[in-house]
Amino acid sequence: MATLEIHDLHVSVEAENGPREILKGVDLTVKQGETHAIMGPNGSGKSTLAYSLAGHPKYTITGGTVTLDGEDVLAMSVDERARAGVFLAMQYPVEVPGVSVSNFLRTSATAIRGEAPKLRTWVKEVKGAMERLNMDPAFAERNVNEGFSGGEKKRHEILQLELLKPKIAILDETDSGLDVDALRQVSEGVNRVRETGEVGTLLITHYTRILRYIKPDFVHVFSGGRIVESGGAELADKLESEGYEAYQTKGGVTA
Amino acid sequence: MADNTPAGSTTDGAIQVGGPQQPIDARVSAPASYDVADFPVPHGREEEWRFTPLERLRGLHDGTAVANGGGVKVEVSAPAGVTVETVGRDDARLGRSGKPVDRVAAQAYTSFEKASVVSIPKDAVLTEPVTISVHGEGGVAFGHQVIEVGAFAEAVVVLDHTGDTTLAANVEFLVGDGAKLTVVSVQDWDATAVHAAQHTALIGRDASFKSVIVTFGGDLVRLHPRVVYGAPGGEAELYGLYFTDKGQHQEHRLFVDHDTPHCRSNVAYKGALQGKDAHAVWIGDVLIRAEAEGTDTYELNRNLVLTDGARVDSVPNLEIETGEIVGAGHASATGRFDDEQLFYLMARGIPADEARRLVVRGFFAELVQQIGIPELEERLIAKIEAELEASVA
Repeated sequence: MATLEIHDLHVSVEAENGPREILKGVDLTVKQGETHAIMGPNGSGKSTLAYSLAGHPKYTITGGTVTLDGEDVLAMSVDERARAGVFLAMQYPVEVPGVSVSNFLRTSATAIRGEAPKLRTWVKEVKGAMERLNMDPAFAERNVNEGFSGGEKKRHEILQLELLKPKIAILDETDSGLDVDALRQVSEGVNRVRETGEVGTLLITHYTRILRYIKPDFVHVFSGGRIVESGGAELADKLESEGYEAYQTKGGVTA
Repeated sequence: MADNTPAGSTTDGAIQVGGPQQPIDARVSAPASYDVADFPVPHGREEEWRFTPLERLRGLHDGTAVANGGGVKVEVSAPAGVTVETVGRDDARLGRSGKPVDRVAAQAYTSFEKASVVSIPKDAVLTEPVTISVHGEGGVAFGHQVIEVGAFAEAVVVLDHTGDTTLAANVEFLVGDGAKLTVVSVQDWDATAVHAAQHTALIGRDASFKSVIVTFGGDLVRLHPRVVYGAPGGEAELYGLYFTDKGQHQEHRLFVDHDTPHCRSNVAYKGALQGKDAHAVWIGDVLIRAEAEGTDTYELNRNLVLTDGARVDSVPNLEIETGEIVGAGHASATGRFDDEQLFYLMARGIPADEARRLVVRGFFAELVQQIGIPELEERLIAKIEAELEASVA
C-alpha cells in the first residue's frame, strides 16, 4: 500500500530581505485510500506544502524528509515525482500555448505509464472521462488552459487526475472559484478516483464547502506553517461554525 | 508590462483609417530606385533600419562590401520544359517586378554581374519543383534571380540557401494571369552568414502566389518580401517560420501593396527564439490604397520566447484608404515559455527537454499545416526537430 510520509518538513522562499521560512515542521502521513483535508487561513502555508511536495523550484527545503513508499521524494526532479505517483491539481493551472489538450494528455499519460497508451482504447478512455466531467469534446483541441474559464481549468485538472491515476493526489484549492454545479461535478470526479481505493488524497482548502461533497477521513488545521490540530470530519464542522481565529493566536501566525 | 511579455519586446501596432499624412511608402528615407546612389548611407535611426545592427552587415549598406568572385555558387535544377538562363545586366527581363526599396537591395541591383532567369512556360503544370541552390563560399556576392511563370502555369520553386557568405540579392517573381506559384525560401545558412534580400512578386489577374520563408541560420538575415498586384483577382499568401538562436538577428519586413481592386492577402509568420541576444524583427506593412476596393487582407505574427535574453520586435502596420473592402485585420503576440509552464508539464511526468519540444512543435505545427505541400511539411518538421535537437537542451 502506497504511503506518503512527511516528517518535520521545513521550507523557505527567497524574499526581499533574505530567505523566509514558510513551513516550520510539518508531520503528516497519507496512505492509499485515505482522504486528508488540510484547512487553514490564507497565508498559513497550505499551498507551499502542496507545491513543495510537487517540487516547485521556488521553494527551498531546509529540513525534514518526504518519502513515498520509502523512496526519497525530495531527491527527485519534478517529473520524477509525477512518475513516482505524486499528482498536484493546481489552484492556478498554467496556460501552455501551442499544445493541445489531447496532445498534452497523451504525452503525459505516456510519460507516467512508461509506454504510449494504445490509440483506440485511449480515445475511448479520454472521451469517457470528459463526458463524466461534463466537458465538451471540442475542448480536446484547445490549447492547454488557454482561454479556459475557472471551471474549465479545474475540470481539466481533475480529468488529468482520472487519467493519470496517481498514488497520491494533492488538490490545491480545487474548490476555489467554482459555482455550485462545477463544484459538484469536480467533486464527483475526485470521488470516482477515491472510490477505486488506490489513491491517497490531500485536499487543501480554505472553505468547508467542498467537504460536503468529498468526505474526508481526517481533517488537519494548518496555521503558522505547521499542523496545529488534527481530528476527524467533525473538526471541519467546528471550523465551519467557529472559523480560524482560535488557531491564529494559538498557531502563532507571523504577521 | 504583462508577465508573459519578455523584457524588451515590443508589439506595437497601428491601424490607420482614412488618408494618412505619411503613407507607408513615404516613411522610408528615400524613394525606391534601381541605383544605389539614390539612397543615403543609413546611420541606423531611419524607420527601415532602426532594428538592424548595421555593423554586422559587413559593409553591404555603405558600399564597402565588394564582390570578390568567391561569394556564392548558384545551381538551378528544373524539370523538362522549364528554361533556365544566365543573363547579363542588360537583359530586358530584369527589374520588371519593381524597384529596390532600400540601399542594400539597390546595392545588389547596381552590383550584380550575372542574373538567373527561370521561365515556366504558359499552361505548364510542373510536377517537380524547380530548385535554386545558393551555396555560400565565404566571400561577398550580389545576386539577382527572376522567376517568370506564364499564364495558367503552376509551379513550386525552392530557394535553398546554405554555407557562409555575405550576400545581397533581389529575387523577382512574375506570376502570369491565372498562374499559381509557390516559392519556398529556406535560409539554412552557417552561423556566420550575412544575407539581405528583397523578394518582389508581381501578381497577375486571378493569379495565386504563395511564399514560404523559413529562416534558421545566419548571423544576420534581413528579408523583404513584397507583393504588388498587376491586375484584379490576385491572391497572395505569405507564410514565414523562423527559429532565432543565441546571437542571431533575423528580420522579416513584409509589404503588401493593395493598389488594385478585388485582391486578397494573408500573412502568417511564426518564430521561436532562444538564447542571449537572439533578436527577431517582424514588420508587416499592408497598404490598402483608395482604388483597391474589395480588398481582403489579414496578417498575423506570433513569437515564442523560450529563454531569457532574447528580443522580439513585432510591428504590424495596416493603412486603409478606402472603406469599400471585404476585410482587413492584423494580430501580433509574443509569449514566453517560462518556468511555470515547464513546471506544469513536468508535474505531469513530462521530462524538461520533451516539454520544451512539445511546446515548440505545437507552436509551429499549425503554420506548417497551412502551407499545404505535404513533402515540404515533412521537411520543415524534420528541420524543426533537428533545430530542437541541436539547441534545446
